[in-house]
Amino acid sequence: MSVKLTTRQVGDVTVIDAVGRITLGEGSSTFRDMIRDMAAAGNKKLLLNLGEVSYIDSSGIGELVSGFTTVTNHGGNLKLLNLTKRVKDLLQITKLYTVFEVHDDEAAAVRSFS
Amino acid sequence: MADHSNGGTHDVDKFFDSSLESVDAAEELVIEIAKSTGFDEDAVHELGMAVREAMVNAVVHGNRYSLKQKVHFKVGAGPDRITVSIRDEGEGFEPQAVADPLEQGNLLKQSGRGIMLIQAFVDEVNIQRAQPRGTEVVMTKILNRA
Repeated sequence: MSVKLTTRQVGDVTVIDAVGRITLGEGSSTFRDMIRDMAAAGNKKLLLNLGEVSYIDSSGIGELVSGFTTVTNHGGNLKLLNLTKRVKDLLQITKLYTVFEVHDDEAAAVRSFS
Repeated sequence: MADHSNGGTHDVDKFFDSSLESVDAAEELVIEIAKSTGFDEDAVHELGMAVREAMVNAVVHGNRYSLKQKVHFKVGAGPDRITVSIRDEGEGFEPQAVADPLEQGNLLKQSGRGIMLIQAFVDEVNIQRAQPRGTEVVMTKILNRA
């Protein structure tokens, strides 16, 4: 299943709930387009909930990085929430755990943007 | 799509089109073989990911989605290991020339992590220029018995 993305607001933080696989093709392009549009629209506090993301390949990782850069360049911040063990391992292997701020609790994640 | 399966029950020898559908098909195929061989869930996932990354490289970077160029995909499954060979028909490249994605200056690059992930997820990897053209990636995952 390609990734499905929905958004909701928690205060001034936009939470993006992702479900499925973020892989080369439709999955990664869907993600890229949403982040780009969010950043361009002025959303500066983005929290990406990956709790239901079963699989990310290197292309998906690339889009996470690209999204992070895009949001940062717009003066905002993109953080990650609820990583599965496999995604966490992937971020460790790629050393991206040192780049992204990762949270296991949504309330704490939202507070961290303050 | 030619299929020249021979040898062991799980051995595969086939040619894939250079498409994203082929990437999915190759990954699914090797996952089924790994499960049948007795690999645990994590090892199955890791081998599937390594195959996916190598197939993406072959389809996207090697054959550049060419309708004329195929990906030669082979799987040999032994009692304690699975060996996968993925060979494209592209221009070939020097693995040593690929920038290290773990270097600080490369961490935020959008691409370039595929080979590193293959190496992280399987036990043995060999990447070399194929003759007369293309690149061949041969990877082996060894079964860890409890």
